[in-house]
Amino acid sequence: MSRPLLFPVLLAVAAGSLFIALLFGTFPISVVQVFDSILFPVPGIVEDVIWRLRLPRALAAFACGGLLASAGVLLQVLLRNPLADPYILGVSGGAALGALSALLLGAGLAFTNLAALAGALGAIAIVFALSFRAGDWNLHRLLLTGVVLSAGFSALISLTLVLAPQAQLKGMLFWLMGDLSHADHSGAAWLLLALVLLVFTFWSGSLNALALGALKARALGVAVSGLQAALYFGAALATVAAVLLGGSIGFVGLMVPHALRLTGVNDHRRLLPASALAGGSFVALADTFARTVWAPQQLPVGVFTALLGVPVLLFLLSRKP
Amino acid sequence: MLHAEHLTIAIGTRTLCRGLDLAVAPGELWAVLGCNGSGKTTLLHALAGLAPAQAGRVSVAGKPLADYSRRSLRRTLGVLLQREDQEFWGSLADYVMLGRYPHARALFGWDASDEEAAARAIAAFDLGLLAAQSYGTLSGGERQRARLAQLWAQNPQFMLLDEPLQHLDLRHQLQTLERVRAATRDAGKAVMLVLHDLAFASRCDRVLMLYGDGRHAAGAAAELLQPERLEDLYGCRVRAFGSGPDAHFLPVI
Repeated sequence: MSRPLLFPVLLAVAAGSLFIALLFGTFPISVVQVFDSILFPVPGIVEDVIWRLRLPRALAAFACGGLLASAGVLLQVLLRNPLADPYILGVSGGAALGALSALLLGAGLAFTNLAALAGALGAIAIVFALSFRAGDWNLHRLLLTGVVLSAGFSALISLTLVLAPQAQLKGMLFWLMGDLSHADHSGAAWLLLALVLLVFTFWSGSLNALALGALKARALGVAVSGLQAALYFGAALATVAAVLLGGSIGFVGLMVPHALRLTGVNDHRRLLPASALAGGSFVALADTFARTVWAPQQLPVGVFTALLGVPVLLFLLSRKP
Repeated sequence: MLHAEHLTIAIGTRTLCRGLDLAVAPGELWAVLGCNGSGKTTLLHALAGLAPAQAGRVSVAGKPLADYSRRSLRRTLGVLLQREDQEFWGSLADYVMLGRYPHARALFGWDASDEEAAARAIAAFDLGLLAAQSYGTLSGGERQRARLAQLWAQNPQFMLLDEPLQHLDLRHQLQTLERVRAATRDAGKAVMLVLHDLAFASRCDRVLMLYGDGRHAAGAAAELLQPERLEDLYGCRVRAFGSGPDAHFLPVI
């Protein structure tokens, strides 16, 4: 995509995805009514549906997608591995194990979230402690530690699922597949997204250099150890915030950065903000599908991020350069 | 002045170079010679502050390396790495522009002086026609020239080049040597080249020989580039043709 057009197009897509999220749902609302209730809100059922149900959820979906896609970009730079996605370091596994254990014990939403947070932070700390050596951070060790820990978590998650009583199974599966139906307070996630974008867009020149390898980056004057640690914690925290909001929504962190790279956006100064916008729009759209396709039944959004994302990525991959 | 004092270089338990004292002055062109695995690259990394030496000190312009900020050190002392990963996301011009990283004043992106320095460097290595081409599609020799151009865009006073002539065809080997010579003669830079081609070593001012067993020798090129010394260094018979800066050396088969 040509340079000057990229951000106007992505901003238009973002606005469009939010508008569609407000427009569609079980309760029929017309385009005029959407504009009306945004511009001139009058108390009523339409305003309630838009302001209390759809808008918070659309914003949560957008924040989730933005965080996951940004985390994907950061981890792909850090690990220099195109397969790196936000879940590769065990963050989501830790969070899922925490959440499912809490659900198994019959805990409420607040405690479940707290347990998920504890699990995610625990995973981050374990992976970092086992792999980090100042001055010489072996990223293969980091990657393998994360993958091994994830495997351990997934075994424990399977165990929890087997042990769980029938009644709780569905809630657990939704949690694992990514589900935004309880996501309505996304203020903290938006704050973190803004912070991550601000900090790492400011550092994107260093990201460009680090993409050439740690030694080369040091030869160019990049503070490599500090930047790597910042990338790790930035990506991990972004993932935690997304997972707490919407469970393990798959595919966004891996796919969105690659899709943008395939359309020619490689410079991290543009890739990072572009990924956040594209990832946010993508999850907002996928969640609108998840809410409406089988209405009134709600489906996990993670199913749709994959169903919508796979054909797009396959198309981009098969396209001639 | 680039100063090394009592520098000891080791890899694992092998001491490659012991107690090296070295002073590289502005305007000087040095060749670093030695067998494979004799510690040339490790020494260069130690001099550049990329790897810790086992013992000893390195200072640039009277200041220890550790006293520089990372970016100001790279404005003063630059390295051409022997190997780097082949993958790069952008065009050749994007790649060369990364050499301006330690200079960048603009908060987000580059200013006119960066653009100008990168364009000059691209022209100096004959890369103008390839500037917009994706780095990944360049040949081995073109990449080597792009890496040289990146260092020229970085424009440090002290330059350490690890095998700068690898992958280059004859014309571009010569061109590179001319660029290096011009940098030392006209711009007062100090340059060290790790070389295997002795015809180019004899065009340098000074030579550092690393024997790989802790011994080393440093001195004027004319003095050190003698068949007996080279036979001792490389462990094979060597014959000299010509003398002075035109001297060539060939192994006796």
